[in-house]
Amino acid sequence: MLALQNVSKSFGVLKVTDDVTFDVPAGQALGIIGPNGAGKSTLFNLITGNLMSDSGAIVFDGQDVTRTSAMRRCLGGVGRSFQIPQPFEKLTVFENLLVAASHGRSASEAHVTQICAEVLERTGLLPKANAAAGSLSLLERKRLELARAMATGPKLLLLDEIAGGLTEGECQSLVQTIREIHAEGVTIIWIEHVLHALTSVVERLLVLDFGRVIGIGDPARIMESREVKEIYLGAEV
Amino acid sequence: MDMPYAVTTRTSASAIALILGLSVLALLFAAPAFVSRGLIQDLFFILTMLVLAQFWNLLAGYGGLVSVGQQAFVGIGAYALYGSVILGGADPVSALLLSGAAALVLAVPTAFFAFRLHGAYFAIGTWVIAEVARLIIAQWHAVAGGTGTSLPRDALREMMLVSWVQDTLGVRASAARDILAYWLALALAVATIAVIYWLLRSKRGLALAAVRDNTEAAKSVGVDAGRMKWLVFLTASFGTGIAGGLIYLQKARISPDAAFSVTDWTAYVIFIVVIGGLGTIEGPILGVLVFFALQSLLADFGTWYLMALGLAGIAVMLFAPRGLWGLISERTGLQLFPVQRRLTGGLLAQSNRKET
Repeated sequence: MLALQNVSKSFGVLKVTDDVTFDVPAGQALGIIGPNGAGKSTLFNLITGNLMSDSGAIVFDGQDVTRTSAMRRCLGGVGRSFQIPQPFEKLTVFENLLVAASHGRSASEAHVTQICAEVLERTGLLPKANAAAGSLSLLERKRLELARAMATGPKLLLLDEIAGGLTEGECQSLVQTIREIHAEGVTIIWIEHVLHALTSVVERLLVLDFGRVIGIGDPARIMESREVKEIYLGAEV
Repeated sequence: MDMPYAVTTRTSASAIALILGLSVLALLFAAPAFVSRGLIQDLFFILTMLVLAQFWNLLAGYGGLVSVGQQAFVGIGAYALYGSVILGGADPVSALLLSGAAALVLAVPTAFFAFRLHGAYFAIGTWVIAEVARLIIAQWHAVAGGTGTSLPRDALREMMLVSWVQDTLGVRASAARDILAYWLALALAVATIAVIYWLLRSKRGLALAAVRDNTEAAKSVGVDAGRMKWLVFLTASFGTGIAGGLIYLQKARISPDAAFSVTDWTAYVIFIVVIGGLGTIEGPILGVLVFFALQSLLADFGTWYLMALGLAGIAVMLFAPRGLWGLISERTGLQLFPVQRRLTGGLLAQSNRKET
């Protein structure tokens, strides 16, 4: 579904993505962990096209999208949530989904009304459908990020710390929704600090540090590995 | 039985607004039959300023493009009309389309350069381009001589529809020309509001709002942000160009300094939109009425008038950033041109039933 080959990105002298290579087969869920500043969100922005890589290649769904704009990648099936929720504040919750569905799927508003309503139902936002997005609570904003990404009809869904800052109960129900989406065959890449939420969904885990991939594989094995404990958990072993 | 989901934009006020709007329109259309020529000229001024304000609002309020160079399109539109009438012998009324076309031709390179700039730099950039356009037009000696040019008397006398207005209303030729210009301004204002309203209610209108609220997120949900900017800029330029042609068709006299005046065609227009309410169709309508009232009251006070306008503008920006219409709609929930799409039916209908 997605393959990155030797992708690098620098901001000035700082190398934030350093020769990253990995792939995600269709239908799989991959978790990404790493300390703050490891370059996780930058990696996401490179995959979605909000940032362009300096070198390397990104292949999505059999197409080279390395130089493709964010808008075109969305049309191709890349949906994302932002770490800090970025709702269209003056639009209502329903309109946030409507603009995503009508443009992301290149369909008329009438065609996607039903789809938007269904996404609102399953993300628990239906009671807030006609409220301004700017008036939502943190949990609702996180749900809106997920709902808006789902409205575009993604084949690949990128979730950026969507469980951060939520209470245990809120986190549980959000994880349940994500698990359902995954069960329907949507490929997922998920950055998360809330590890138990992440490992209850993903099949593989990728560890990023200083922009480099330092481990990828079975979540349990990755969490046990010495490098991860040293670098990510900061423990002396 | 499950009710399907449906979308509605209607509000209780919008139906009343439609009826009220049509009545005002009928009244304005019939006005030349029973009001003085002076009032017709005032109404012409109000309507053309309203058109300029609606297009500036489309740019800044919906497209996030704060242009200080709209006088470029007024000027180029006006000179396209004078050029085609004086040199080409065109009919002034039909030449209005050329005004729009000329503005479009200028808009393409303007956008090409100005879209590379953002925020304040975009504003300054458009102003600079407008000044460049003024200097170039001033070199066009055949039409834009230093002290100004008049529309030829013959062209005005034989202008399309003027004799028809003269016969129908039984007025003199000069009054008939004012009435014709007024009707054209009325038609232009109605068409402007209709086109903008239609645009906002379409899928593109939603995209425009998304780009205004958050450009990066808009791109990530498949919105072509660049194309939306071009669409808005070209639409506004075309309409502003026609308005420019019409304003100087009515004045029948032009000079580069007047036609490319940043005060008359951009500063006043910004004042109208800011005081009325940025990002609404109702705002500029209210704003232009306030502007005209202030101008009529304070016109005799010279410089004090401009200072009063400035102070009023600053006061509104500080205490009512959403303008006078923003205040009204906040208090009353009134929306005369509703664009908000509300989801109804389905499970929403069921939960409503439970509540009642």
